[in-house]
Amino acid sequence: MIRFAWLQFRTQAAVTAGALTVVAVVLALTGPGLVHTYDTIVASCAARHDCPAAMASFTGTDGPLQAFADFLVLVVPLLIGMFWGAPLVSREFEAGTIRLAWTQGVTRTRWLTVKLGLGAVASAAIAGLLSLSVSWWSSRLDQVNADPFGFLRFGIRDLVPVGYAVFAFVLGLTAGLFFRRMLPAMLTTLAGFVAAREVVTAWVRPHLFTPLHLSLPITSATPVSIDQTAPGVTEAFESTRGVSLPDAWVFSVKVVDQAGHTPTSSFLSRACPLGSYGPLHPRDCTAKLAARFHQVVTYQPGSRYWPMQWYELAIFLGLSVVLGALCFWWIRRPVSGTGG
Amino acid sequence: MTAVIETHDLGKQYGRKWALRNCTMSIPEGKVTGLVGPNGAGKTTLLSLAVGLLTPTCGSITVLGGHPGDGPAQLGKVGFIAQDTPAYAGLSVGKHLLMGAYLNANWDHELARSRIDRLGLDPRQKAGTLSGGQRAQLALTMAIAKQPDLLLLDEPVASLDPLARREFLQGLMETVAGRGGSVVLSSHLISDLERVCDYLVLIVASHVQLAGDVAGLLATHHRLSGPRRDPRSLPSGQQVIEQSHTDKQSTFLVRTDRPILDPAWTARPVTLDELVLAYLGQAQNPSPGRRPVLGVVS
Repeated sequence: MIRFAWLQFRTQAAVTAGALTVVAVVLALTGPGLVHTYDTIVASCAARHDCPAAMASFTGTDGPLQAFADFLVLVVPLLIGMFWGAPLVSREFEAGTIRLAWTQGVTRTRWLTVKLGLGAVASAAIAGLLSLSVSWWSSRLDQVNADPFGFLRFGIRDLVPVGYAVFAFVLGLTAGLFFRRMLPAMLTTLAGFVAAREVVTAWVRPHLFTPLHLSLPITSATPVSIDQTAPGVTEAFESTRGVSLPDAWVFSVKVVDQAGHTPTSSFLSRACPLGSYGPLHPRDCTAKLAARFHQVVTYQPGSRYWPMQWYELAIFLGLSVVLGALCFWWIRRPVSGTGG
Repeated sequence: MTAVIETHDLGKQYGRKWALRNCTMSIPEGKVTGLVGPNGAGKTTLLSLAVGLLTPTCGSITVLGGHPGDGPAQLGKVGFIAQDTPAYAGLSVGKHLLMGAYLNANWDHELARSRIDRLGLDPRQKAGTLSGGQRAQLALTMAIAKQPDLLLLDEPVASLDPLARREFLQGLMETVAGRGGSVVLSSHLISDLERVCDYLVLIVASHVQLAGDVAGLLATHHRLSGPRRDPRSLPSGQQVIEQSHTDKQSTFLVRTDRPILDPAWTARPVTLDELVLAYLGQAQNPSPGRRPVLGVVS
């Protein structure tokens, strides 16, 4: 059965492997240049005292290629789901070949095991190699950007793309088995995959670990912006600018007193009267605020990056296992006949 | 007589609609059985159940003494050619044979290759570019090379032109003559079956209307014509299947084991076609004897 599955799959596999090779070659050719640029611009910036400018200049290097590589890692799992997973079974139903495949001397359970297994391994391999290439290529850029938990960044580096790809593939296969038609299966894969990614990114990932809290005094180095949000209402806004937690995922910075209360509007308007461009007396304002308030930073430290990558990988592989089990249960149901 | 397919009260329901219901039948071993019936009679459903593509809603079906589709051994014993003979459009003829070799334990590659050669098919040609007749031949080759004990064919020639149809049936007959085994062939074209079948099962609305050896059926059915006569006056051994009357003349299709002795009749043998049509007519009008008045020209 493995040989037959490979017979059917090898054209697709060859095309994909070819495309992946092209991408890998492009990255391999441009990667050393990127490292060289880093070494000449950023590594020595401290000595020249122009680090912000050097970093800005460096992160703009190979802009289109950066965008393309990131986009590729972002969409490849979805494409795998829509163009490998979804048609895998639904096309057999549409063409009627399922009646040929399921009446050979191989049970349909075995048939599904091999189709699912081969596809999942290939998906993991493609997404893994792509992610590996792009992660390697972008390593200096990522280092300078120092935002490993970034909304897009986290999902397109290292381990998690493998989980996404396997999940998308199994989701597509499940939808194909369920609908028996290619187009609905593809659309379901698109919607289901985007929804799952969104839910995990927005609601699950932040809660994988209990966030840490850090109290910081208010100083001129950690400014608080004061703004009038409505006539007569003045509020203090937390700013992450001065909070220096390298590679951390900062959820929020709150200005609170010992009891955890935020400054009242009346206090702020007294302590920090506003002019056209913020507080009229910034030093005075900061001193008055610092006397009663401090800042509380809620964050995930950078050291949790790899555990969170593993967790999210496990979540998506777990979802794939659940969907796979659903397929095996579903396949024991009969095929629709044409009557007659 | 051992049965290759035996069903008891077999039923298959889709939603509220029954594709097959209360079907009890048995198909004998070592014969080429024609499964005949109008569209919607449940032929495809019955064959799909027999090969394990479908599972019954109720009742039971036994194929070669086992449960259909129950494990590789059972799957290997039954060869199946689905309606419209599906094939992978993107795979070549040769790849289809490879598929058969990979997926079937008893695959006879020599047989498959030589049959493809004899048919003049190019192993490198993609199945999607084959004609309907060539695709049907490929399907037949795959089913034969699997070396099954039972070969099931679901309307294999329905979409073929007369020449391709004849070639296909010839191939089938050569196979049966060569290696024996049981064959069940469904069709709504009786003329095709007449050439190849030695056993006939007529299925109408899930029910077996008629079953028997083709030779036996033809020997025991007669077309009688003669002076006008009330069917009730016929000898008790003659079962009226079909009748028609004019003012002066009556024509009956009767079933009887005994010779026709009445000199008033002109008796002639029936064709399989006539026989099947008569039974189909009987199925639509279940009690022709209760027609109120004789003399209605029908």
